[in-house]
Amino acid sequence: MDKVRSTVGVGSVEEVYRLESRRVFATLVRLLGDFDLAEEALHEAFTTAIEQWPRDGVPENPRAWLVSTGRFKAINVLRRRAKFAASLAFVATRLEELGKETAEPADQDVEDDRLRLVFTCCHPALAPATQIALTLREVCGLTTEDIAAAFLTAPATIAQRIVRGKAKIRAAKIPYQVPSLADLPDRLDSALTVIYLVFNEGYSASAGASLTRSDLSEEAIRLGRLVAELLPDAEVLGLLALMLLHESRRTARTSPTGNIILLEQQDRSRWNRDLIAEGRALAARAVAEPTFGAYAIQAAIAAVHSEATTATDTDWKRIVAWYDLQVQADASPVVELNRAVAVAMRDGPKAGLSLVDAILNRGDLTDYHLAHAARADFARRLGRFDDARLSYQRAYDLTRQEPERRFLEQRLREIS
Amino acid sequence: MKYMMLVYTDETIWTENEREACFSESVALTHELHGKGQYLTASPLHPVATATSVRVREGRRLVTDGPFAETAEQLGGFYLIDATNLDEAIAIAARIPGAKKGTIEVRPVYELPGLPRLN
Repeated sequence: MDKVRSTVGVGSVEEVYRLESRRVFATLVRLLGDFDLAEEALHEAFTTAIEQWPRDGVPENPRAWLVSTGRFKAINVLRRRAKFAASLAFVATRLEELGKETAEPADQDVEDDRLRLVFTCCHPALAPATQIALTLREVCGLTTEDIAAAFLTAPATIAQRIVRGKAKIRAAKIPYQVPSLADLPDRLDSALTVIYLVFNEGYSASAGASLTRSDLSEEAIRLGRLVAELLPDAEVLGLLALMLLHESRRTARTSPTGNIILLEQQDRSRWNRDLIAEGRALAARAVAEPTFGAYAIQAAIAAVHSEATTATDTDWKRIVAWYDLQVQADASPVVELNRAVAVAMRDGPKAGLSLVDAILNRGDLTDYHLAHAARADFARRLGRFDDARLSYQRAYDLTRQEPERRFLEQRLREIS
Repeated sequence: MKYMMLVYTDETIWTENEREACFSESVALTHELHGKGQYLTASPLHPVATATSVRVREGRRLVTDGPFAETAEQLGGFYLIDATNLDEAIAIAARIPGAKKGTIEVRPVYELPGLPRLN
């Protein structure tokens, strides 16, 4: 905070807002027990800061100042409303007493508040789409319009999700707490799913013209860092590592015209070495824990890719070994498909083709474009072009994403 | 905070032994909740075939057999409990025997002022 103390102006308030507003909000939610009241208190506190700081200087501890100012503003709001509803006067008095003990929350409490906010917004009692919208709005501080733009949805739809989510939190009394140890694995799973969905939405947009929407990925990484800092569980570290390793290839995975560049064709000199170093260190920490799972394994696989200086240098034996482990832990068809691709790299396209055909023949992944694209690729490499063409066409018909469609079109042209 | 827990299961899949076991487990659970001051009331219901629907339209009373919803699961019983928050309510719902065969719908109770007090 020292760096903002010297410059006193609206600019410094903006800086504090950017750095601290969501932390202050999280603590106000705990103190006030209500999202909307906390939001109102937060804005009143910053409005006061804009008036006072340029005149009186930035307080020693801006965060504590904002929390205590916000709390006083909320008490005033409740007192004003209490003229119409007697029960609120009691709440305001209670808040005043409570506030005396917690006027200056310890840093640890503030960090715990942020974690509480993540777990509340990612509560499984809320619909997944609501969890995502609430997390981006309340934890990350994105506007409703930003979220709507990122998910190609109408702002009114997002606003409605957020309003309904907050109404359910209030009415059903979804608690503002880090879950008990017994509930933690499930609840953490739910929070990590939200973070990974946000990341993937930013990394490979599910529909539309642009392949990446980097802001969302940045938010997801920020969330991952927050949870990893406070709760360094193997899967949390694994997810953060996985996101960083994917992110390291962002600029290399699309051409200037927005087309997809596959991993094997990427210019590896464009990979971000800092992100790779951090991601690999985290992945190593994650798989060293006895409780590692699917995220840590995927991170370990991404780490093996990141070590290879060229695609042919890739250690496919180790990658297949990680996939074997993943199939044991979670034998989903998508995991099997990924393993088939790795086996094809280790043993040749024929081995890959028979594995993919086994999946498709038992009726799994028949509507999944990547299964057909992988099958097409194996057939092409075996010189079975008619077979490949049918599968590329099937993959093309199933994908909605523009860059993927262009990629498949190009493949179709190459073999016809 | 009061929560209503509505127990929905497929009535046709219970054997007589399973039903007996469900009843005795439920009774034990209600006593445990009562000991913690969380029990308000609970009861199983007779099968949906015994249900009667009553509607009043334009002052006229319409009484019919049913309802026979298209859903596979029917309301088979309920618990009304006191819990500090949804997580605590969910933990209790997960222990209701019907949860293993059907679905427990957990609904926060709207506190309408002016009603006669429970207990």
